[in-house]
Amino acid sequence: MKIVVCMKQVPDTTQVKIDPQTNTLVREGVQSIINPFDVYAIEEGVRLRERFGGTVTVVTMGPPQAENALREAITVGADEAVLVSDRAFAGSDTLATGYILAMAIKKIGDVDIIICGKQASDGDTAQVGPGIATQLDLPQVTYVNKIEDIKDGHAVMHRMTEEGYEIVQTSMPCLITVVKEINEPRLPSLKGKMKAKSAPIKAMKAIDMDVDESRLGLTGSPTWVSKIFTPPSRPKGEIFEGEADACADKLVSTLKDHLKG
Amino acid sequence: MLDYLLTDDQKMIRDLCRQITDEKIRPVSAKYDETQEFPWDVVKVMAESDICGLYIDQQYGGMGGGIMELVIATEEFSKGCGGIALAFAATALGTLPIMLFGNEDQKKKYLPDIASGKKIAAFGITEPAAGSDASAMQTTAVLKGDHYVLNGMKHFITNGGDAETYVVIAMTDKTKGARGASAFILEKGMKGFEFGKKEDKLGIRASSTRELIFTDCKVPKENLLAKEGMGFIVTMKTFDKSRPGIGAQAVGIAQGSLDAAIEYSRQRHQFGKSISSFQGIQFMLADMATQIESARALVYGVARMIDSGAKDYSKYSAMCKLCASEMAMKVTTDAVQIFGGYGYIKEYPVEKYMRDAKITQIYEGTSQIQKNVIGLALIKEALKK
Repeated sequence: MKIVVCMKQVPDTTQVKIDPQTNTLVREGVQSIINPFDVYAIEEGVRLRERFGGTVTVVTMGPPQAENALREAITVGADEAVLVSDRAFAGSDTLATGYILAMAIKKIGDVDIIICGKQASDGDTAQVGPGIATQLDLPQVTYVNKIEDIKDGHAVMHRMTEEGYEIVQTSMPCLITVVKEINEPRLPSLKGKMKAKSAPIKAMKAIDMDVDESRLGLTGSPTWVSKIFTPPSRPKGEIFEGEADACADKLVSTLKDHLKG
Repeated sequence: MLDYLLTDDQKMIRDLCRQITDEKIRPVSAKYDETQEFPWDVVKVMAESDICGLYIDQQYGGMGGGIMELVIATEEFSKGCGGIALAFAATALGTLPIMLFGNEDQKKKYLPDIASGKKIAAFGITEPAAGSDASAMQTTAVLKGDHYVLNGMKHFITNGGDAETYVVIAMTDKTKGARGASAFILEKGMKGFEFGKKEDKLGIRASSTRELIFTDCKVPKENLLAKEGMGFIVTMKTFDKSRPGIGAQAVGIAQGSLDAAIEYSRQRHQFGKSISSFQGIQFMLADMATQIESARALVYGVARMIDSGAKDYSKYSAMCKLCASEMAMKVTTDAVQIFGGYGYIKEYPVEKYMRDAKITQIYEGTSQIQKNVIGLALIKEALKK
């Protein structure tokens, strides 16, 4: 089985700061990590290989330093890595990104299953996975929390919904997006880390793929951002100062007044 | 930490073991300390991360590292829990005799499963009446045809009952004293090989300590390690290589307690200031950090000497174990002192570090036995001059 996992390098959201002047993310000095949901996608890809055999190829679109994220995927079991990177891709929105990744996957060829995290922690759109499936004209199952079985060209999986789960059967090849309930990602192995150090990372540029240039980067992106702003923070709560007992009395009486109020 | 000029691979091992410690050991260390259950879930993680075979030759499925790699991993795990670290480090103690003295068949049979983490190992020499004086051992092995028959018991055996592979020392000829001891490889499940009570210990409670009981236990002749009469040499050569591991365990435990003490001293406010602003506390932290770094430097130095192929290092091996374990007891006691009353209760982590540290002064030779080894070596050297 040929498994492709799409992943994204994102800023570590626990460290994100917003520039108050420009209202944009401060990326300098912020550590990059693999998008947390993609970690589950990589793990599921590796587990599928362990169950059914085959290879796991991780693919990312991003700047050259996204190579680090690909190497990290190799430490936890990915076999091959492809970095889709070109100046022409800069400024791509979800539509253009879905298109470019779809074309890259087409180039990889003969893929049985594409796995994506349900969304990225920076943009939170959850659009790229479904976008790839649409571009490739493949069936898609989103929010998968369990792959029951894959055989005879079909896959049966559980799809998480707010009320419970749906059991879905789909023909293969297909694209799925996974939620974090699907597995518990493993830690890297020493052999994986050693392999990752020297593993070749395949670079894919626009000229390596069969792409329509008008659909790349800013030109290919109908989305435009009119304004980014920080929503006003909640008004500060009241702070009582002084002896603990007195503060507690004050707190209780204030709460009582509120309830009456 | 001082720059010890580790190789890239050694740094990789350290980082991976640190990740295992932070993500898989720290969250469960209090639980296993309380329940005294064996931390199989952590062993599984170590196995999947290729750590179990770190120091075992590649041809037997290991990673081909040496004592230095063993030391790096043991130290990192011990920062989180000195007990859980033993599932790994005491397995090394049971594996080293096979690596050092096993023949090709024995190595092929036993090392791959240990390297893959499928099985853990243990070493058995101590008996109720034979502790520091191992020559007082009562367990016997008598050759009958194609097998030896073992009778007697061992106690205080780390990983006892949970390990699958054991190296056990027994007397094949009592009349020869220390030269009448031999080493055998035993497997859990052999007829006549049973386990006695599990000890309820002060520290390293995540590690199992049990009695091994032999009642007409038939051990195939091919499970004899080295030759008859080599039992004590096997033991001494094994301890020479394993003692830096105890040193590393002690360094890790001490570092864990110092890290906790520094963090606490910055949060704890008294007299309107954080206690870390007081020179009295700063001096304690400074002493602790300096003592840890000195011990670490000695442990690493000895590990590297062993890996370089040196022949005579038992004196240094004893020194690093002595130095690190005495240091760990002192540093962890000071960590409890910095925490004050909070250090004395189980809600905070430092009393456990102190309990775990104590064993490092006792097992694989007490501090006093280490001094014997060092002292005798000094006299021997002087006589040679």
